[in-house]
Amino acid sequence: MTTQSNAAEQTPHQTVPNHAELVDERIVCWYFFAALIFFFASLAGGFLMAFQLIRHNPLNGIEFFSPGRWRMVHTNAIAYGFLANAFLGMLHWVVPRLTLKPVLDKRLSWFIFAAWQVVVGATAVGILIGHAQGLEWGETPVWIDPLAQVGLLLVAINFMAPIISQQGPIYVTLWYFIAAFIWTFLTYAMGNFVPQYCVSGSSAGAVGGLFIHDLVGLFVTPLGWGMMYYFVPIMLKKPIWSHGLSLVGFWGLAFFYPLQGIHHFLYTPIPMFLQYGAVMSTIAVELVVMTVVINFFGTIWGDGKAFWENLPIRYFYTGMVFYFITCAQCALQVTLTFQQLIHFSDWVVGHAHLVMFGVFSMWLLGVMTYLFPRLLKKEWYSRTMCEWHFWMSAGGLAVMALDLTLAGLFQGWSWMGLEPWEHSIEVSQPFWVTRIFAGMAMALAQVIFLCNLYMTWAKSPAKVEEPTGAPATA
Amino acid sequence: MFESKSGVLFIAGLLFFAIAFLSNAVLPALMYQHLEEKTAEQLVNANLRYQFEDLAQRFPESFKEHIGTPPEEEEKAAEWYDEQCADMLRLGRDIYVGEGCWHCHSQFVRPVSNESERFGPVARSEEYQNELQRPVLFGTRRVGPDLSRESGRRSSDWHAVHFFKPTDLSPGSPMPEYPWFFDGDPAKPNRRGLALLTYVQWLGSWLDSYPYYEDYEESAIAQLERRADDEAREAATAGDEPEGEKANEELTDE
Repeated sequence: MTTQSNAAEQTPHQTVPNHAELVDERIVCWYFFAALIFFFASLAGGFLMAFQLIRHNPLNGIEFFSPGRWRMVHTNAIAYGFLANAFLGMLHWVVPRLTLKPVLDKRLSWFIFAAWQVVVGATAVGILIGHAQGLEWGETPVWIDPLAQVGLLLVAINFMAPIISQQGPIYVTLWYFIAAFIWTFLTYAMGNFVPQYCVSGSSAGAVGGLFIHDLVGLFVTPLGWGMMYYFVPIMLKKPIWSHGLSLVGFWGLAFFYPLQGIHHFLYTPIPMFLQYGAVMSTIAVELVVMTVVINFFGTIWGDGKAFWENLPIRYFYTGMVFYFITCAQCALQVTLTFQQLIHFSDWVVGHAHLVMFGVFSMWLLGVMTYLFPRLLKKEWYSRTMCEWHFWMSAGGLAVMALDLTLAGLFQGWSWMGLEPWEHSIEVSQPFWVTRIFAGMAMALAQVIFLCNLYMTWAKSPAKVEEPTGAPATA
Repeated sequence: MFESKSGVLFIAGLLFFAIAFLSNAVLPALMYQHLEEKTAEQLVNANLRYQFEDLAQRFPESFKEHIGTPPEEEEKAAEWYDEQCADMLRLGRDIYVGEGCWHCHSQFVRPVSNESERFGPVARSEEYQNELQRPVLFGTRRVGPDLSRESGRRSSDWHAVHFFKPTDLSPGSPMPEYPWFFDGDPAKPNRRGLALLTYVQWLGSWLDSYPYYEDYEESAIAQLERRADDEAREAATAGDEPEGEKANEELTDE
């Protein structure tokens, strides 16, 4: 780890402010609650579309429940409702504890909280009344975009204040967070305004691809990995395996990740040399990802038992396995050879679920599993329910990802073989039915999680194991 | 530098982002600078105008109610149709986006995977240089077929019924129903319905190959499957004949 935390360890109780001064636990809680609410909104959207695809949608033909609109709610509620809210809650815990400084202003924090819920809520309503913007992952109606932009700026200011006050080299987590604050702001601005107001056609496609990609790569990914670099060493009670690999991982991601957007639109009229460039840098970033994954597995090496005993660690490392699978898959599917077959198919949908649920949602659920007992000052009501939450989430996702990947191959072959279009639909049916059951497992897991959370909240207060180091050291 | 605030902030945060934006976004924009961006008015072509006036013939009452009546004078009527058609194109595109049509139907034909045989000519940049492609509606998923060469392939009647209840025309289709584009009956599209019909009849109307019908040979696999099906059916009918007689015949032949 860095000099930062070493220094803190050497002077344990001198200048270290205590936890309560740094962290506003209530806002962490509220962000997590908001995140879970939007998680369920997203699940609802997913189910509507899934039932429509197997032609058993009981709400077919009702404008407000149109699966087309709810499909957009599905993706946006996960990106801006669940992931963003959960990340913000996590940041309110991590940043002050890591910098030993509170955020810029607690009132500002609450203002941002309220404003962000308005933004996400308005996005959902806007999409449901048919005002979506024609940009994937950016369907937020154009009249909300400026508000969201201001919100992102305020978030950056609020968290950058304690980070800026740091002296000398800073810890890995903060590299990722600093970059994420800037990138998220820039990515949102680029994606939502440029293809709408500045350019059209193929150029807009290039920007749109860049946006879809950067939203995952420059907003979700850096926050996710920054979070891992913080929680994993704390829970395993040892430093990250290799500082050098951390550097390679961060700088490799920072350089290669933003260059890949166009790989979402291969074989479009976008110039071919740009498509090749995107393919090359995508393969390059998979090598970088390997270094990060190796670094984390080097860290847990010798502590394998923690994977089974420590539930949050299990969430984190399961997420990393899914991350590795995603990236290995990505290096293959980004090639033009694979694209001929799998583009436009459910393979891509499977890939998206693998990343957004298998990796980042699993990590955040792990963080929640770790933090809720500390926030509520109570142990989990039922460890068994926690176990069920984990296994059904991970198992459901694994089935869904495999199922959709296979479905994609069959669809691709059907189209390529010039079968009548209906053939690709019929061939998909068994896979789509399987997907519903996988989705049900994943949804039920979250219901169990909510029940467990409620029972934990409702039970009488008890002593809880103090988070690692009562003074906010790490 | 690699672990400092300013290094991360300026080099990773701003510089690397800027490099990517310049090479992946500004560069293609500059490359297509010479292509004029067309307005909806400029997009109205003869094929589309024919389809639009055809809507007035097929749905006279709805057209009158939701779009209006053209002026008596012929020249003014032509102007009026052009204006209305451009308006409906814009509205149709908004509905296409708002309903999420573009999440299940792509709008570009790739030069691979036999797509040009199924859908029509491969997509070209200049086709997308217009205000209706802000942001561009390439799409990333095909549950239903590509629509960029859909214009003229099917009649507006077909589309109306299909929007109202897709399974009436395409049994087994997973496409949702859109009764809110109609006043209770597929013969009575409302303003939104007429707009979407106009938009769909625009897609590909600018091509020389208009209207492009699916024009492809039965694939080798499909041929084999059909032959296998036929043989199975023959075998089934042959099996109906009493087997004993057949065996006897064979015996007597010998």
